Amino acid sequence: MGKPTKVTNSIRALRFAAGEMTQAELADRVDMTRQTIIAIEQGRYSPSLEVAFKIARVLNVPLDEVFHYPEESASAADSAKK
Amino acid sequence: MSFEEKVTWVNTVTTIIVAAIYAWIVGGQLADNPVADIAYQTPMLIAVGAIIVLTIAGVIAVAIGTAVGAEITGEGSVDDIDRRDERDININRRGDIVGYYVSSAFMIGALAVTMLDYAQFWIAHAIFAGLLVSGLTASAVKLVVYRRGF
Repeated sequence: MGKPTKVTNSIRALRFAAGEMTQAELADRVDMTRQTIIAIEQGRYSPSLEVAFKIARVLNVPLDEVFHYPEESASAADSAKK
Repeated sequence: MSFEEKVTWVNTVTTIIVAAIYAWIVGGQLADNPVADIAYQTPMLIAVGAIIVLTIAGVIAVAIGTAVGAEITGEGSVDDIDRRDERDININRRGDIVGYYVSSAFMIGALAVTMLDYAQFWIAHAIFAGLLVSGLTASAVKLVVYRRGF
């Protein structure tokens, strides 16, 4: 079974860069459960846009430094157009 | 495991245990008695009440365990109790939608049983089974989605 979402993120690395913030601290600051933060970091859950912005704001970086979406390959894009 | 996931487990285990006991008590009479003679009404009402009461008791126990666990291990906090976020709401919604379809299928089955003039015993159990199975299905979907993600 493939990953549930194609969205990837750098939350773990950014947390450590932000003074070794724990998952619990990040969860409290964005008003989510620690388990949801874990699920986001592991790619098992894609948060809403609002929560994504909150996470980026807490980590003090732009949104696209936190969350990433794969570029479509050229062949996949051509197949979609046909 | 989030508090909501623990509550889902409590509900699932409670339902399975009570349903098994009910099936053993009432189902055990089917071999020796005609269905019209089986007094299922009181056991069925007790089963429904037991699921509700035991689930509430289980959730209270989980809440106490969460608070004590947070105190002892230093991980988590009492704020985790009864904490729901968007992921919990979305997972609950997904499970409940699947449970709704299962429940609808059983209701159609109950209608069929009624129209075919089956005994009241079977009609009541078709509806009761629908409630149990739809609830268990919803819980199973939620628990799978909690683990696998979406």
